[in-house]
Amino acid sequence: MILGWFAAIFPLNSLGHYIQWHIIQISVANLVVIVLMVVTFLVALFAPFPGRKRRKENR
Amino acid sequence: MSTTEVDRQWTTRLRKRVTAKLPPEKLLPDTQPSYVSSWIYVFGVTTMAALAVVIATGCLLALRGPQWWHGSSVGHFVNSLHLWSVEIFFFAMVIHLWGKYFMAAWRGGRALTWMTGVVTFVTSIAAAFTGYLCQTNFDSQWISTQAKDGINATGAGAFWNVLNMGQMLMWHIVLLPIAAVLLTAFHVLLVRVKGVVPPFDDTATVAS
Repeated sequence: MILGWFAAIFPLNSLGHYIQWHIIQISVANLVVIVLMVVTFLVALFAPFPGRKRRKENR
Repeated sequence: MSTTEVDRQWTTRLRKRVTAKLPPEKLLPDTQPSYVSSWIYVFGVTTMAALAVVIATGCLLALRGPQWWHGSSVGHFVNSLHLWSVEIFFFAMVIHLWGKYFMAAWRGGRALTWMTGVVTFVTSIAAAFTGYLCQTNFDSQWISTQAKDGINATGAGAFWNVLNMGQMLMWHIVLLPIAAVLLTAFHVLLVRVKGVVPPFDDTATVAS
């Protein structure tokens, strides 16, 4: 049941979608992964780390 | 045997050298500097955790073989675990790379740590590419015939034959995983020897 919904949202039997800009061509799937990596990187830089304040006070 | 003779043994000399470079409290430290308490420092260990899953699922796939991973639901599941752990492995490794690049993590005599990371990255890419060739399906046939033109254009095709399934399988399940694991272990030991690179502001404090 859940797999059926998942397959309906993300059909894997159709052709892939590509974005082209001059000589650059990239699949939407790869672009999504790259965007997710950049977002994760930024979140990792700025999100507060648990216990950081306590460690600084103990220093 | 005299004390001098004992001191001259290669085992004694090696032990003294190793323990001087990497005493147990440095090898398995209790604490880390306060600057390590940031999410950007978790991606190295995330990469290693993913690598452990990649190796474990790879061993299961090797035990049961292609008919199993193509034709049974458990085989499909383990095959998917292998794929997605590789995805997480590269995802985390690239963020680890970005973080270390902007920290200039080669500072303070850590050039070898940086370079072992670079070589591990390249080795992992080769392992992933040979993995595409070992799926034993139409996808791997297509990829191998496309890849052979690229490899032949470099002149390496005579030695590195991507159409040779046996050769690619051996590289994928023997040589490259061994290299990746050994390089990762060496990389982590170097981090333990030199410590985690301090942020730019703290460099002067740490050096003093």
